[in-house]
Amino acid sequence: MWEFLAMGGKAAYVWPSFLISAVAIGALVAWSYHRLRRAKEMLALLEEDKP
Amino acid sequence: MGGGRGTARQYDLTPHLASGQFPHRFGCVFKKVDQRIVTHAPTVLGQLHGLANPHRFMGFASAATPWCMALAGTLLIAGLYGALFAAPADYQQGDSARIMYVHVPAAWLAMAGYSGIVIASAIGLIFKHPLADTAAKSMALPGAVFTALALITGSLWGKPTWGTFWVWDARLTSVLVLLFLYVGYMAIWEAIEEPTRAARAAAILALVGAVNVPIIHYSVEWWSTLHQGTSVLRKDGPSMPWSMLWPLLSMAFAYQALFAGIVLVRMRSEILERRLRTRRLSLGEEAP
Repeated sequence: MWEFLAMGGKAAYVWPSFLISAVAIGALVAWSYHRLRRAKEMLALLEEDKP
Repeated sequence: MGGGRGTARQYDLTPHLASGQFPHRFGCVFKKVDQRIVTHAPTVLGQLHGLANPHRFMGFASAATPWCMALAGTLLIAGLYGALFAAPADYQQGDSARIMYVHVPAAWLAMAGYSGIVIASAIGLIFKHPLADTAAKSMALPGAVFTALALITGSLWGKPTWGTFWVWDARLTSVLVLLFLYVGYMAIWEAIEEPTRAARAAAILALVGAVNVPIIHYSVEWWSTLHQGTSVLRKDGPSMPWSMLWPLLSMAFAYQALFAGIVLVRMRSEILERRLRTRRLSLGEEAP
């Protein structure tokens, strides 16, 4: 296990690469979905206001 | 209404059958027979044209997004397993070569995303179709994120391999220019209020910047550089063993499916936000 995490002494470069990629892509997906949901909610509100 | 549709369903085909001459637009007959039968032109072009209709596009996009995301997730799990466990360490670089599995897919997507913007912008400029502009705009932020990831992971790979995080060589510099092109492209969309004018200006920047894409690709051949040459898309076939190639391809396709899903979600947001803006404007006009 430790051997795997140590990545042959290159852990300081390998793990940040994977972590930063995961965080950035995760944030991109989450924010894109959040924006879509917000637009849908706002449209629904406007539709309700209509007589 | 329901009765009307019922009688329409009994539309008589006999005269056409008797004459042996079916109407050229066969679909129209069926529309009269039952409006619920949606008739598409059987050509790919026809289907693409159908998708250019924003309403139909929304239906297609919401149906396709979960498939893109599921495909991306599956390929990502397989790719990560391959990258971290199944693939061997590089015989020269050791385990730091595993950075390749997040670096190369991001770098490919950085270029593919920009190429996508260029193609969509050209279609938008020539055919003046707003959906093409929406597609181009929606690819910009994901493309910029993947370009930044390519630079960051490349930097983290460069330190243990070359002994430095950054060098001003042709490959690294041209990818940095690509990031600036993405940022400039997004800045134009933000700066110009009127959407059609913003789309035109942004499209022109995208087309001018397109010259950078082949420069990035050939930079490792044209100039001496620390960056290694192409190892997958070579004329004599990939120069890496299958045990390293399959995780790389799996990660690359995962990133591409994810990109497609994200772009579809963002295009839907763009269309809904535009609808929201027009509704608000019309409400404002109605107000006393």
